[in-house]
Amino acid sequence: MVQDKSTARRIFVCFNYVFLILLALLCILPMINLLAVSLSSRSAAEAGLVGLWPVHFTTYAYSWTMQNAEFFQALWVSIQRVGIAVPIQLFLTITAAYPLSKERSTFKHRPIFVAYFIIVMVFSGGLIPFFIVVSRVGLIDSIWALILPGAVNTWHIILMMNFFRGIPKELEEAAFIDGASHWRTMAQIYLPISLPSIATITLFIVVGHWNEWFHGIIFMNDPSNYPLQTYLRTRVVTFDPTMITGDREAIRRMMEVSNRTTNAAQVFIAMIPVLLIYPFLQRYFMSGLTIGSVKG
Amino acid sequence: MQLPWKKKAGWAMRKQARKVAFRREIPLIVMLLPSVIILFIFSYIPLFGVVIAFQRYLPSLGVLGSRFVGFDNFRDLFMLPTFNQVLWNTVYIAFMKIVFMLVVPIIVALLLNEAKNQFVKRGVQTIIYMPFFMSWVILGGIFIDLLSPSTGAFNNFLGLFGIEPIFFLADNNWFPTVLISTHVWREFGFGTIVFLAALTSIDPSLYEAATVDGAARWKQTWHITLPGMMPIIVLMTVLSLGGILNAGFDQVFNLYSPVVYESGDILDTLIYRMGLINMRFGLATAAGLFRSVVSLVFIVTSYWLAAKYSNYRVL
Repeated sequence: MVQDKSTARRIFVCFNYVFLILLALLCILPMINLLAVSLSSRSAAEAGLVGLWPVHFTTYAYSWTMQNAEFFQALWVSIQRVGIAVPIQLFLTITAAYPLSKERSTFKHRPIFVAYFIIVMVFSGGLIPFFIVVSRVGLIDSIWALILPGAVNTWHIILMMNFFRGIPKELEEAAFIDGASHWRTMAQIYLPISLPSIATITLFIVVGHWNEWFHGIIFMNDPSNYPLQTYLRTRVVTFDPTMITGDREAIRRMMEVSNRTTNAAQVFIAMIPVLLIYPFLQRYFMSGLTIGSVKG
Repeated sequence: MQLPWKKKAGWAMRKQARKVAFRREIPLIVMLLPSVIILFIFSYIPLFGVVIAFQRYLPSLGVLGSRFVGFDNFRDLFMLPTFNQVLWNTVYIAFMKIVFMLVVPIIVALLLNEAKNQFVKRGVQTIIYMPFFMSWVILGGIFIDLLSPSTGAFNNFLGLFGIEPIFFLADNNWFPTVLISTHVWREFGFGTIVFLAALTSIDPSLYEAATVDGAARWKQTWHITLPGMMPIIVLMTVLSLGGILNAGFDQVFNLYSPVVYESGDILDTLIYRMGLINMRFGLATAAGLFRSVVSLVFIVTSYWLAAKYSNYRVL
């Protein structure tokens, strides 16, 4: 391409870079501010002195959090939750995606199942019937309430299915001729080839369960069963509309009761796992997203 | 000419063949069973549970024992003094989010496409997707702190320009703006990827031809880039219409409080409070059903439009 080097063009390029870098800063500054608050002294935080750098540096907020039994209880629930959910959801995603990836010539009743999965994607009974069913099944205050109701994720199934479809037919035909069953073909032909997309979906499941907080609020009565994000929502990000009467001053006082540094520390610790797996997530992100959502 | 017995044999053989074909399908159906059962329990039974919307539901009597009251719950819902306000808030917030989530990512994608320095381009991309992976509990914690009128860094920053501290999260004039802007802040990076992918698929020879013809850069953007992106812009617009009643429960729930119900209470938060705080199951289910039906109409229409105008298929 011929490059035009006019002054106007150079000014534009320059401004463009400045703008893009400012945009990136805008995305990251709130998080840096959080970290700075968590590492500042209480008095500095309360006086509103903290910007992007800790004032009167101290790790008090973190050592306080390390001694907070409630925090660790919630952290343990979250770890259990992710640990149980990943294998179950992967199994369900793969076993649903494999049959749905077949052509109608091999799987005549496929359209019925496709309709079955799609109907509940576009139409739901809403929050209340869902809540009643989960409580009637007897899952209240059980960790399974955080895992089973959302265990079938149609988006993950579609992602996986589209990947399976890209695998050459010759491979499975060869396996069938050698007498392999569907289960065996899935386990020994499809799975080894699909490891990258299985890794992607695993990361989605981990982040999804780590971040989910609402089911913890509605299905757990005993706070010791709260996962980390639910604990944060109810104990740390205390801006709970059900507990305050609507009096402006009361809200102001409530927001100003300062556990500011320890709150910031706990929120920041909850961000760390996501920050750690983000680089891996991001690598698969573009391909995964474009396969799943928009085709041609 | 065919003899009757021969015809019968053909039918039997076809039946036999169908049986064999079905037997080959059995492992596939078995594989689907676990997912089918879980969806049945946690999605289909609640789907039938919407009959609660037409009942005076009492938990002690259950769905089968509660009395049917016709459309009473819907009448009560539409008579609620706050209902119109809540519906308006929902549509306004959702609509503004849709508009900005189209405009901002398109502009950012165009600007990123102009950046030829790969280091800057990749770095900026990596950072702008990041907020998307943080939950609204975490972001709520960040923004409640950041926007605080007395200690928040944002008001301190505004103070540098002599602006008096604003209590963003308790001010009805500001609250919807905060919702829309923090939503865009979290998700524009995610939206940018789709448009950036569309940009890179535009045939480079078009730009070469335009350069030879002496078209300036902004003219190329106007006459080549934007038309090239049009299909995907139309597609994203159409698909996002399905979310017209989805104003973002997670976000609103983590940022609102009774002082901003007037401007920030949405259908989903109303349903949550009516149902699970005030225990008015029938009324809340009616509100949920109202939301589902309206959304369904929008989703089906938008997918139909998308299939018609851009050959989009989910499955």
